[in-house]
Amino acid sequence: MKITLKVWRQSGPKDSGGLATYELDDITEDMSFLEVLDVLNEGLITSGEEPVAFDSDCREGICGMCGLMINGSAHGPEVTTTCQLHMRSFSDGETITVEPWRADAFPVLKDLVVDRSAFDRIIQAGGFISVNTGAAPDAHAVPVPKENADKAFASAACIGCGACVAACPNASGMLFMGAKVTHLGLLPQGQPERDARVVKMVNQHDHEGFGGCTNIGECAAACPKEIPMDVISQLNKDLRTAMQHGR
Amino acid sequence: MTDTITEIPVAPTAPEAPSPAAPPAPTAPAAPVFDVPLENAGIAHGLYRDGENISDTKAPPGDIQSKWTTRQFEAALVNPANRRKLTVIVVGTGLAGGSACATLGEAGYNVKAFCYQDSPRRAHSIAAQGGINAAKNYKEDGDSTYRLFYDTVKGGDFRSRESNVFRLASVSTNIIDQCVAQGVPFAREYGGLLDNRSFGGVQVSRTFYARGQTGQQLLIGAYQALERQIAAGTVEMNTRHEMLELVVVDGRARGVIVRDMVSGKVETHLADAVVLASGGYGNVFYLSTNAMGCNVTATWRAHRQGAYFGNPCYTQIHPTCIPVSGDHQSKLTLMSESLRNDGRIWVPKNREDCGKDPRDIAEEDRDYYLERIYPAFGNLVPRDIASRQAKNVCDDGRGVGPAIGDFRRGVYLDFTDALQRMSAEAVAEKYGNLLDMYQRITGENPYEVPMRIYPAVHYTMGGLWVDYDLQSNIPGLFVTGEANFSDHGANRLGASALMQGLADGYFVLPNTIRDYLSHGPYPKVEETDASVVAARTSVQARITKLLSINGERTVDSFHKELGHIMWEYCGMERSETGLLKAVDLIRGLKDEFWRNVKVLGSAEDLNQSLEKAGRVADFLELGELMCIDALHRRESCGGHFRVESQTDDGEALRNDDEFAYVAAWEWGGEEGMPVLHKEDLVYEYVHLKQRSYK
Amino acid sequence: MRCVATSTLPPSIQARRTTIAMKLVMAVSGSLFVLFVIAHMYGNLKMFGGQAAYDDYAHHLRTLGEPIAPYSGVLWIIRVVLLGSVLAHIYSAFYLWSRAQGARTTKYRMKKAAAATISARFMRWGGVALLLFLIWHILQFTTRTINVNGSHDSPYDNYVAAFQPSVWWVFVIYALAMVALAMHIRHGVWSATQTLGWTGNVRARRRANTLAITLAAVVSIGFILPAVFVLFGVIK
Repeated sequence: MKITLKVWRQSGPKDSGGLATYELDDITEDMSFLEVLDVLNEGLITSGEEPVAFDSDCREGICGMCGLMINGSAHGPEVTTTCQLHMRSFSDGETITVEPWRADAFPVLKDLVVDRSAFDRIIQAGGFISVNTGAAPDAHAVPVPKENADKAFASAACIGCGACVAACPNASGMLFMGAKVTHLGLLPQGQPERDARVVKMVNQHDHEGFGGCTNIGECAAACPKEIPMDVISQLNKDLRTAMQHGR
Repeated sequence: MTDTITEIPVAPTAPEAPSPAAPPAPTAPAAPVFDVPLENAGIAHGLYRDGENISDTKAPPGDIQSKWTTRQFEAALVNPANRRKLTVIVVGTGLAGGSACATLGEAGYNVKAFCYQDSPRRAHSIAAQGGINAAKNYKEDGDSTYRLFYDTVKGGDFRSRESNVFRLASVSTNIIDQCVAQGVPFAREYGGLLDNRSFGGVQVSRTFYARGQTGQQLLIGAYQALERQIAAGTVEMNTRHEMLELVVVDGRARGVIVRDMVSGKVETHLADAVVLASGGYGNVFYLSTNAMGCNVTATWRAHRQGAYFGNPCYTQIHPTCIPVSGDHQSKLTLMSESLRNDGRIWVPKNREDCGKDPRDIAEEDRDYYLERIYPAFGNLVPRDIASRQAKNVCDDGRGVGPAIGDFRRGVYLDFTDALQRMSAEAVAEKYGNLLDMYQRITGENPYEVPMRIYPAVHYTMGGLWVDYDLQSNIPGLFVTGEANFSDHGANRLGASALMQGLADGYFVLPNTIRDYLSHGPYPKVEETDASVVAARTSVQARITKLLSINGERTVDSFHKELGHIMWEYCGMERSETGLLKAVDLIRGLKDEFWRNVKVLGSAEDLNQSLEKAGRVADFLELGELMCIDALHRRESCGGHFRVESQTDDGEALRNDDEFAYVAAWEWGGEEGMPVLHKEDLVYEYVHLKQRSYK
Repeated sequence: MRCVATSTLPPSIQARRTTIAMKLVMAVSGSLFVLFVIAHMYGNLKMFGGQAAYDDYAHHLRTLGEPIAPYSGVLWIIRVVLLGSVLAHIYSAFYLWSRAQGARTTKYRMKKAAAATISARFMRWGGVALLLFLIWHILQFTTRTINVNGSHDSPYDNYVAAFQPSVWWVFVIYALAMVALAMHIRHGVWSATQTLGWTGNVRARRRANTLAITLAAVVSIGFILPAVFVLFGVIK
């Protein structure tokens, strides 16, 4: 396959950046998208040009480190992570535009690498159950209905990649936050801190500069783990309940 | 990564003595045949020298059941008011590191944590699929701490320390309690209680799981506990920071030199103790199931500062990975071993059939080689055997799939029988997500065409040598999780990596490190101290050197070549000639690396080539030591298979009389040779026996 | 740039200071409007009942609640509530709009929508269009400041006069406004149910979407139908 890549190059956070065009031959369908970038980088280094910086780690779709805007879609045309996107999803001769996640809460560090530490700070604000090591009762002390446990698991599948923010026209992080609030809110262990958690997390989310949700659904469509918009509904409900409880 | 089927440690019916089918029975001194019969090849070729024997002095004497409670009691306490005066550095924030940070933070110590990823939630522990073992005995099926201990020692092929393994088994139950309280959504039964799986050859159900994402859920649990401590101010988290040197002052580990991977700044961080939880080194093979960033630098730098490296050659190779598709391949993806429960593994009988569509190959022309060689266990033989046999048939020219290098590397994993027996829906129900993953990566439909699999490097049992307190031979340097060598011997059981990481981080290290910290705070170290300056200067010099070589070859090309050497000569099958050749090749490659590598960009900003270059430089040195370790261990055990040490029918043959020890390697200096220290392994509770799966 | 994750909790942590609270304001005020347009549309259908029915209805709006309430009293209460709602709705809309603008100051060079309905994408400008229409509509029929095609005492006559073919462009304005209204209701109703937390599963989401589409269709068609009949001379 032969492809043309238009890649966002930006030397640092302060640089204004722009798209650079590269032509690549000898691309095969079996290659993953990130391997194409590897090939590009090998070529760039050989020709004395600095390689394109991009994040990736596990390359098996679970760590959430990779994430690129490919042809205007978060993680590209398939419902998967960027590392699990393969070239057979593209056609020979295609021009592919590659940009970093764009959100002011995710500042670009270099080229395609962005800083997603805002997500960590949202979790810091309340995305946990306060239990010190050693303080736990026996695991069977509190039964959890299977239905709730399964639903909690489905919400906990979030990998924190940021595709929801990247895809959202408002650059909102509600799907990420809703997933965590739903996960912990469905479990009996999560109840004592439920009101405080949602209020603190949403405040932190807003404080980080993410936009508000307008229920468009781009986030759920982009989510590689297919987390549905249900979790945003649950998040809204939990916040409303917290308000009723006087938070 | 762990996966969903536990490796069968020993056949339940395994005979006590070597199988009668294996003449000449290796009575007492086993009799593998070597070209250099009297002297170890490593010694003969001047690759290493022997040093003093070492031993673990921390495990208290007495019955194995009471050792841990005794040690917990004897380890001195630190007054809560004094804890905040003590600083602990933790490098790596996966299961072992993240859980340790959270627990130490809760206790009130000052914790400084470092990870190379952009968030602690990305650590590669997240990729573990199958589950976590714990001796809860919720199924009342005869499981117990003792049985988990027993299985783990046997599964490790008798190359682990009994005291450590017993402790691991006994704290395993606390892990589940802790994780459930944190909100980890383990699979549950309709009654609301936790579900357990029974895997492969293990006859008890002791594996807790969260669908195929157990590692992810456990890591997120630890991550949340860690973030809670960051918010509380007890843990200072430094993401995108890579440890490049250990600071040793007056013989004690007192800090680290790290590089801020965004600004490029080289920083010095000093503390009372240093914990390395930086994971395994499978990426020395270039292609492995490890994450792209996994590296040995933290532990290797500590090794160069004097920490012993234990059993570096013990590598676990996993049989069911998606094969390499071409030269561009950057990473291998594991598929759960549970696929072997219903899939049948075969290759064509005739080499000329290898290029054919597998559906056109007649039944009688197929060689179901595992079922043929191991009629009792068939496709469910342990990982190392399944891997090695796959290599054998491929080496024989009967591999399938695209030719990579000089031959085809892949065997079929066929679900045709299962689809006929169970219906497509039933197969999808059981394996749907795995088959989908296969299809996404390969573009082939496994419901129609047999899948192709090939072994891949998966986990490294070796690591820095530690005592019962998880402290290395450098006082104040603690090592946890996959980064240490301790609990898995020569082979790790499925669903045990997660158990060890969390056991170390939540329950073991916080108890043992306090004994060390109770003697602190240690004398204040200034950044101007000669040892600190030396460490920082060497880091800066190395960075400058890497950027100034400006040769012709990329870092990745060196890494690939190293990986190729390691895979060919120090992979599934190791021989004396191969290993000697590998040492030569690696030395040549290392020499070329420092002359001819090309690293562009500057040291003052985000420079991924520079990061990789530093890691590959360390992998080159580690690779050599792995080969030397593999060379000196003239026996086959667990993940280490020496062709010279096998039974007549090709099975691994241990040599307990000569090699029942931990090989702890001391750095011999840039020009010197490594020094071998042996820690003898004594088995008081689990009796040594040979494995058999026929 | 903060690479080291440090605790940077916002100074005041309160549920009502969040964007979600703002969304709740939007949802509740929008819901009041939906109820209003349904009632309004129902009233307009009385055009089919003839002049007496329609004028009676219009008059009755003013005598509603009498004698307890004064003449036009209830109507004014409704007007005040609606005015408050529209202000709250506009305020929250512009607040969220400006947040969204600030949340992504560097735009994508290429961005595809994967799930957004046309209604959702047209929400903000559609809202502006509806606001302009609302002003026009009040000026034309409530205050009668703008006088198209003669002014009459009978509301029925006013209606008929406004949609005569000779002033076809009035019909066009109303028709376009009803398209905008349909789209606004379609996304707005769905969005309100989601914001109120009533769509926690697939079935509930499907129901909410069906409700939104139904309401959008019923209200917009119900409004435009009498006007169409006037335009074609069926209602005179």
